[in-house]
Amino acid sequence: MNAPDQSPLTSHFSQPTSPLGYPANLLAGKQTFESVNETIGSIVLQDRQPRAWWIGFIFAFALLMMFFLAVSWLLIRGVGIWGINIPVAWGFAIVNFVWWIGIAHAGTFISAILLLLFQPWRSAINRFSEAMTLFAIACAGLFPLLHLGRPWVFYWILPYPDTMGMWPQFRSPLVWDVFAVGTYFTVSLLFWFLGLLPDLSTMRDRAGKNWQKKFYGVLALGWRNSAAHWQRHQMAYLILAGLATPLVLSVHSVVSLDFAVAQLPGWHSTMFPPYFVAGAIYSGFAMVLTIVIPVRKIYHLQNLITLRHLNNMANVMLATGLIVAYGYFIEAFMSWYSGDIFDEYMMTNRTFGPYGWVFWALMFFNVLVPQALWSARIRRNTVALFIVALSINLGMWLERFVIVITSLHRDFVPSAWGMFFPTIWDWATLFGSVGLFLTLLFLFIRFLPMISISESRELVAEPQKATTT
Amino acid sequence: MNTENLFGLAAEFETHDELLRAAEKAHMQGYRRMDGFAPFPVEGLPEALGKRTRLPLLVLIGGIIGGVGAYYMQWYANLISYPINIGGRPMHSWPSFVPITFELTVLCAGLTAFFGSLVLSGLPRPYHPLFNLPEFERASQDRFFLCIESHDPIFDAKKTREFLRSLNPLHVAEVPK
Repeated sequence: MNAPDQSPLTSHFSQPTSPLGYPANLLAGKQTFESVNETIGSIVLQDRQPRAWWIGFIFAFALLMMFFLAVSWLLIRGVGIWGINIPVAWGFAIVNFVWWIGIAHAGTFISAILLLLFQPWRSAINRFSEAMTLFAIACAGLFPLLHLGRPWVFYWILPYPDTMGMWPQFRSPLVWDVFAVGTYFTVSLLFWFLGLLPDLSTMRDRAGKNWQKKFYGVLALGWRNSAAHWQRHQMAYLILAGLATPLVLSVHSVVSLDFAVAQLPGWHSTMFPPYFVAGAIYSGFAMVLTIVIPVRKIYHLQNLITLRHLNNMANVMLATGLIVAYGYFIEAFMSWYSGDIFDEYMMTNRTFGPYGWVFWALMFFNVLVPQALWSARIRRNTVALFIVALSINLGMWLERFVIVITSLHRDFVPSAWGMFFPTIWDWATLFGSVGLFLTLLFLFIRFLPMISISESRELVAEPQKATTT
Repeated sequence: MNTENLFGLAAEFETHDELLRAAEKAHMQGYRRMDGFAPFPVEGLPEALGKRTRLPLLVLIGGIIGGVGAYYMQWYANLISYPINIGGRPMHSWPSFVPITFELTVLCAGLTAFFGSLVLSGLPRPYHPLFNLPEFERASQDRFFLCIESHDPIFDAKKTREFLRSLNPLHVAEVPK
């Protein structure tokens, strides 16, 4: 509580530092309600966007057009335009699906798990990472649908009373996936919108132009910051966080069961669920950093997204990265320790087979480079951190390539072996989905407050919440 | 303005502590039909105003319906509607029904939490008398309001105004219906 004579409008923070030399306050500089409202709100309400926004948006939009082209051609010609065939029937589509859904996980981790753990530093990045989660799930969800062969009958995987008198196979992990990803998207959307609601009312009340008043007014649903509303809002928010926490762990576990339930060497492993979940959070934090580092520079948000936030995210990446590296080690160890010739051969083939170079690239980008995060100097250097984050993004994509393709291309009988070579349409769909993701993200930055204004105001009003112990 | 056309009286404060103390005093005075407005969730304010919510119970019910419904759907599909014998495996293979049961429990509970919080709050509601107050715009930005509504049993335009004045607000305003 503030002293009675100390108004939050005039309160300011001294600048103590944490043992590692970071500012101990989550809000740097002197912040008031109005400065927070203005810093975040003006990005959305101002007319002109920085040149970097336009360059980024046009680039992303061009990639999105390429995506539409690739998908249109796919719908016309079928999945034969991709490099997939027997034995590698799961090509880039599944690699990309797992990559995107993994990226989505950081948003939920930041917004739900860190909320339950009372980590106030989350409030500067949670809105942003929740939006990232939604867009990443949207990208992820498209890939299995496009891979169906006849995407226009995708609704056959849903249980509904159909004229064929059939049901989905509820014992199949692929059907579990539909429920897991569908629930994940829905709950993430509700969680995101619920958190956005008070900020939409701030936008409505600050809007200058008529269209802005109407746009934010409709979206705000008449929110009026009443104590009774806040009470239900906070309760619902907390419950959704509690629900999202086991949900996020279940989603990537179910995704990993798509592999682990199969008999294939390299897939059939009980280690997959925890190892996939750690990898998901790892790649998600890397993606958050990849986006946040340029954005905070372009929009001058260094006072709200401080080096402390970046440092904390780097620490989470280091920890989850070590779990993932341990997973790689155990996978190799078990294939030797099992004494199973197919498992042993899987590992030999993975490391020194035709796709061996991918495995070593994975080791380099995903295990070796991230060790730089042990150094506090790297964690404090935004350029170095950005490079490490990019390296992890690439590394995690390679990991899914190794799991999906090298396991499938040589299984039991040598006469059934084959190679997979991606076509130009595989690449166009992958980079096109990046375009879809970035386009949605740029539109989000343009039209919605990317940092929670109400939570930032809370930190202004109760400065003791903004300091770290 | 007479009480007929009055929605209530609103007092504006500069800090959340002042609002919290005002809410406590108003509750002590016996006012019940009132609401506080703050640009962020003020800890203890709903309790000071005597607000309670049934939302957790609704979410529990929603989750149970989702879970039971999901399990029943899988059981019905595999045992009654379309039983297929695959390699003599049991029809009622409950472990493989667990993931979908879990997911639909979470889905239904989540939908209940979201729509429950909106519906209980009477949202969406584009119009509200408080929006007539020009300074109410700042409730979403940097000001704190306490509004005592005219249908409170002990509301009296004059006495309530005096009471609100005694709380030392920035000013007290009439909210027309």
